[in-house]
Amino acid sequence: MQLIKGKGFRGGVHPPDGKELSRAKAVVTLPVPEKVIIPLSQHIGSPAESLVKVGDIVKKGQKIGEAKGFVSVPVHASISGKVTAVANFPHPAGKSLPAIQIESDGLDEWAETVKENPNYKNLSPDKIKSIIQDAGMVGMGGAAFPTHVKLSPPANKKIDTLIINGAECEPYLTADHRLMLEEPTKVLEGAVIVAKALSIKDIFIGIEDNKPDAIKVLADAARSYEGVKIVSLKVMYPQGGEKQLINAVTGKEVPSGGLPMDVGIIVQNVATVAAIYDAVRFGIPLIERIVTVTGSGVKEPGNFRVRIGTSSLKLIEAAHGFKTEIGKVISGGPMMGMTQYTLDVPVVKGMSGLLFFPQSEVKSYTPEACIRCGRCVAVCPMGLLPNMLGIYAELERFEDAEKIGLMDCMECGSCSYVCPSRRPLVHLIRYAKTDVISKRKKAA
Amino acid sequence: MSDERLLTLSSSPHIRDGSSVPKVMHTVVLALVPGAAMGVYLFGMPALVTILLAIASCMGLEAWMQWLTGRKITVFDGSAILTGLLLAMNLPSSAPWWLTIIGSLVAIVIGKHLYGGLGQNIFNPALVARVFLLISWPVQMTSFPSPKALAGADAVSSATPLTAIKMELMSHKANIDITQLPQPSTFDLILGVHGGSLGEVSIIALLIGGLYLLYKKIITWHIPVSFIGTALVFSAIMWLVDPMKYANPIFHVLTGGLILGAFFMATDYVTSPVTNKGMLIFGAGCGFLTILIRLFGGYPEGVSFAILLMNLATPLIDKLVTPSKYGEVKGNG
Ligand code: SF4
Ligand code: SF4
Repeated sequence: MQLIKGKGFRGGVHPPDGKELSRAKAVVTLPVPEKVIIPLSQHIGSPAESLVKVGDIVKKGQKIGEAKGFVSVPVHASISGKVTAVANFPHPAGKSLPAIQIESDGLDEWAETVKENPNYKNLSPDKIKSIIQDAGMVGMGGAAFPTHVKLSPPANKKIDTLIINGAECEPYLTADHRLMLEEPTKVLEGAVIVAKALSIKDIFIGIEDNKPDAIKVLADAARSYEGVKIVSLKVMYPQGGEKQLINAVTGKEVPSGGLPMDVGIIVQNVATVAAIYDAVRFGIPLIERIVTVTGSGVKEPGNFRVRIGTSSLKLIEAAHGFKTEIGKVISGGPMMGMTQYTLDVPVVKGMSGLLFFPQSEVKSYTPEACIRCGRCVAVCPMGLLPNMLGIYAELERFEDAEKIGLMDCMECGSCSYVCPSRRPLVHLIRYAKTDVISKRKKAA
Repeated sequence: MSDERLLTLSSSPHIRDGSSVPKVMHTVVLALVPGAAMGVYLFGMPALVTILLAIASCMGLEAWMQWLTGRKITVFDGSAILTGLLLAMNLPSSAPWWLTIIGSLVAIVIGKHLYGGLGQNIFNPALVARVFLLISWPVQMTSFPSPKALAGADAVSSATPLTAIKMELMSHKANIDITQLPQPSTFDLILGVHGGSLGEVSIIALLIGGLYLLYKKIITWHIPVSFIGTALVFSAIMWLVDPMKYANPIFHVLTGGLILGAFFMATDYVTSPVTNKGMLIFGAGCGFLTILIRLFGGYPEGVSFAILLMNLATPLIDKLVTPSKYGEVKGNG
């Protein structure tokens, strides 16, 4: 094990981190819910196809939705009980989407498919990848990209480095922080398994240095692990952005339009590798995760281990309810998270946090003309001209926006965050992207 | 339980850093206060009247123009106050009232609103007005009362240090020697005890304001440093070539509107480049042109012209000098 310092990256901002609300709160495992709603689409790619129908009896860990195609993952029952609906339900992505509703039988019984593999250390890379795929694994940092796809680089791309993302740069979120503190071995074992699947040795674990306790705990736990390097990263949003993390850890830059694997790197979130450990060793698919429930709108912010599909109402209850009238609910963090139109959405695999802002903290901003202050340009971690992207989008000059790097924007929100004219830059950029993407689809 | 109908749906990010256009403008205004206060201290009541008149007329005209063009009325966003204050600081304290009002008219109506309002103008409005007045009413614009400290109760017009030099250079004497001219001491230059526009004379007061802007992160170092640095280097070279004809670099930096220009006018967001690299080029251009005009041009002072010329170059600089994109340099990998 080695402890090293990150090299930093360009741009970035320092939003107030809000983590003090929940950072010291140990993870609490919530009781098995009476009911879960498991969306068939909790990942990027084609939604899974339901394998069950109303009335079916299912066990915990049983596959209830099959992956459709390579860029897709299955979904599993997170409790045992009876399927009571296969229908559209509110989804944190903002629409009503197909999901399977299960009512608990109170037994919480495992499916037979779930069993420990005493031999898990000797599995072949291909076997590990297929277990990961079968366990419905996705990036748990928020993007929810199918993990097995990331782990299957084409033969011509040589991978030499695995970076485990423990930056957790989004304000307010502390789920990964708690996981690293409380279960460092799981994180390390999971990382080793992923490295094995890639047939490589070098593992970097990047952690922002506002979590010195996590750095210490992991460094201690990693003492006996050869090839593992803990990288202490300077606090700067978006340090946890995949490309920024790669830059800070290795000094490399992923080529524009390319993937980390183009520079021989694979990045995995800490929660994902911990879940991979459970899957490969114990045969447990992705059926639970840690969610930070926080914001000044709830009475007792905290970190909760919950089954996938648990209603957010249960989480609100776990946080002792609301202090005051709620004005905004965000799935994820305040920089990149999505607002919710209902208080009752199911926890999905990529949900790292639920943020509750009181009515009084919800501000609406009136955008003004750009005063060309250049702040957005200075903070953009991708080296773009957000001011121009915004103006082109407004004028619907999408091609001009594309020419100056529209599609490279990672939607980190730094530009909107600093704009004194309160221009909705990210919103405008998304608008332009939608147009470009639909044109590309048509052309293809 | 809360009412779901009250949930706000919005696009990320959901937090902002609290900056706003009025905050930016008011901070710049605040940073100009020491310089303006020194102007009033040195030149007395007329300076104060000029300042207040310029601010009031700029605000009035801004409201009128916004009403006329059907735009949102934002007179209190600080930008009209700032334009008025900057204009006043670029005028002699003795400017007649009508000159101040015409200046405000040019700044707000022609310099700003004809282009489409805040953010749309190419030239710094206060400088457009100053140059317009200088060309149209050269006498009023170049008779500078002496500071009270020099002149006693009745202010007598005195040439600015730069004008004195230009007159010597234009005198066609056999042996020109600017070192023999009676000039204020460096100390007086820093304090501001010499003739000049009411807000440009006190270097120390302007520096305090400039440093405040840097501290508050309203401006970055790029433009002031490259502006002043280039002026220093260029004037130093010329001074080494012929100290009889060309004043020393320190003198150049401390006289005229260079410090006011470098910290408060060249840094105007709207009319300067958005990238750091672009700002460096822009500042260097301002510094170079300023000295070029001072040494070889027809006017004793060149800051306003230099900045306006670089304002004109800004769209081009922004087009050519873009940040290097992440993944672009080491691309093709
Ligand atoms: S343009 Fe995109 S990448 Fe750049 S700061 Fe804005 S959101 Fe982030
Ligand atoms: S931060 Fe806002 S006002 Fe400043 S240049 Fe960018 S878009 Fe324009």
